[in-house]
Amino acid sequence: MADSVLVFGWGNPSRGDDALGPALIERIAAELPEHAEWDELTLLTDFQLQPEHALDLEGQDRVLFVDASVSCVSPYAFDRLRPLPGFGYTTHAMQPEALLAVFRQVSGSEPPPAWLLTVRGESFELGEPLSAAAARHLEAATVFVTSLLSGEWQRFD
Amino acid sequence: MASELETAAHPENLKRVVIEPVSRVEGHGKVTLLLDADNRVHQVRLHIVEFRGFEKFIQGRPYWEVPVLVQRLCGICPVSHHLAASKALDIVVGARQLTPTAEKMRRLMHLGQILQSHALHFFHLASPDLLFGFDAEVAQRNVVHVAAVDPEVARKGVLLRKYGQEIIRHTAGKRVHGTGSVPGGVNKNLSRAERAELLGEIDTIVEWSREAVGIVRGLFERHAALYESFGRFESNRLGLVRADGALDLYHGGLRATAADGAVIFDHADYQSYYELIHEEVKPWSYMKFPFLLAQGSEAGWYRVGPLARVAQCDFIPTVLAEAARREFLAFDGGAALSAPLGYHWARLIEMLHAAEGIKELLLDNDLSGGDLIVRGEPQLRGVGVIEAPRGTLIHHYRVNEDDQIVNANLIVSTTHNNQAMNTAVREVARRYLDGRTLTEGLLNHIEVAIRAFDPCLSCATHALGKMPLELELVDADGQVVDRLLRGG
Repeated sequence: MADSVLVFGWGNPSRGDDALGPALIERIAAELPEHAEWDELTLLTDFQLQPEHALDLEGQDRVLFVDASVSCVSPYAFDRLRPLPGFGYTTHAMQPEALLAVFRQVSGSEPPPAWLLTVRGESFELGEPLSAAAARHLEAATVFVTSLLSGEWQRFD
Repeated sequence: MASELETAAHPENLKRVVIEPVSRVEGHGKVTLLLDADNRVHQVRLHIVEFRGFEKFIQGRPYWEVPVLVQRLCGICPVSHHLAASKALDIVVGARQLTPTAEKMRRLMHLGQILQSHALHFFHLASPDLLFGFDAEVAQRNVVHVAAVDPEVARKGVLLRKYGQEIIRHTAGKRVHGTGSVPGGVNKNLSRAERAELLGEIDTIVEWSREAVGIVRGLFERHAALYESFGRFESNRLGLVRADGALDLYHGGLRATAADGAVIFDHADYQSYYELIHEEVKPWSYMKFPFLLAQGSEAGWYRVGPLARVAQCDFIPTVLAEAARREFLAFDGGAALSAPLGYHWARLIEMLHAAEGIKELLLDNDLSGGDLIVRGEPQLRGVGVIEAPRGTLIHHYRVNEDDQIVNANLIVSTTHNNQAMNTAVREVARRYLDGRTLTEGLLNHIEVAIRAFDPCLSCATHALGKMPLELELVDADGQVVDRLLRGG
């Protein structure tokens, strides 16, 4: 993997399937010892996406965002992202397209190519573990991300 | 004042205008406008799904886990919950007076949180409204368009927030789910090298914060008539103040004042907050409605947060922020004090105070001390109160003799502001709803009113970060006659 890559999953580990983003990052981190070629891979997790995360995109050749979703197809969806200014009624939500737009503004340059992997979740109650369905979706999504990092990504350029 | 919202002579004639999210998971806000037969807004119901299940989540857990666990409640203000829980559990471990190092480390962490949260709100949410007006196209009212007009504004916002996050990382131990504050104190100090690193940027942070206050003050001066009247209402106020009456966001006694500034109670010990504040349940809302017991449920509702704090403190104990407060109070004879948009101005005065306070603390050698934790006579209950970015935050715990949590009660800032937000939205809707047609303009104006308070939307569950709003007009027969969707 010659490119520098950021894989950024977010969500609340204590809110059932909202943990899918961080859980996938954990899975990929566990595979690191078996993939010496992933030496340019950066893994990042957080509770939520926020504007300052634009600074984490600096210097990356590719970015993969990972989040839970209740509306994506099962088990996961993979989409190319374009910068799109976002604007809501609360600071409590931000979309990755909006983060790319913030990057463009803060850095004065185009953001790195970015994709969004949404993993389907079913239940989001406080204190719950991953649902059985979400755990299956996580397995499938992890296999997919492993293939991306091992060279399949170029197919989606 | 509240009763007007709750009664109607002929409720069967009311029509419903609903703004609601597509699903509970992907958005938690919902606004219902109830119209009378003459299409006038009679009642407003702002629904926000309050976090649920927290008591069950922590029941039976050892109390020392709680300051870390509560950060799972909110992705935006985890530090506020971390510190409020720690303060409550200080009482449980008998630590009524922390060591200087512990208290100053916590204060620094808190000011870092205030700085980053207020910066986020102003630069990312509020400034597009204020710079471009409420009727502007959505595509124009965003932070990127702000940047196109003034490329430095949004960049400074991001960097201010990043600096606040760095303060949190150094004091809490890490950027997310910090563990720095523990019952009875803290588990780390700040090395001289860390202080020097953070001090290297602080003068710039103070200057940018001062500039931000100037931006809002200038906007108020140019648009005084609109800003002062938009969603305007009078209410009581609640917040912590220091023993000498100064603004203190970390600790103090409870002060409540009426709209005219008359003191309702002052320097009250928050360990007995439940003797001063009660919570009313209403059938249409998950969120409770707190009120000052002395005033009763009808007249006792109040507002919290930056506008309440800046308005009712006697002074701000940092030079630049105090000067800014005096300008704020004097503006048009105090006209900004009851205006929801005054929250934006007050928020930035607090951001300036936070920047100044961070500098003072970083210069204090106590931060590098080694005496971190104290213990005293254990107690079976404790209350912690802190002024979080959005307002007063109360954590109340009971423990058993095996050190397990048996009961918890939290009153968060958004709950305190429940009635105040309903009232602001009602005032806006009365002015801007025109007949039976829903317009982008109306939705814009309602969003502007909600944004002034920046309610916490039980945000720890967010799935894809979407907070769509649906605006639906339903006539008296239950037929949908108009519909708008944004952000879905």
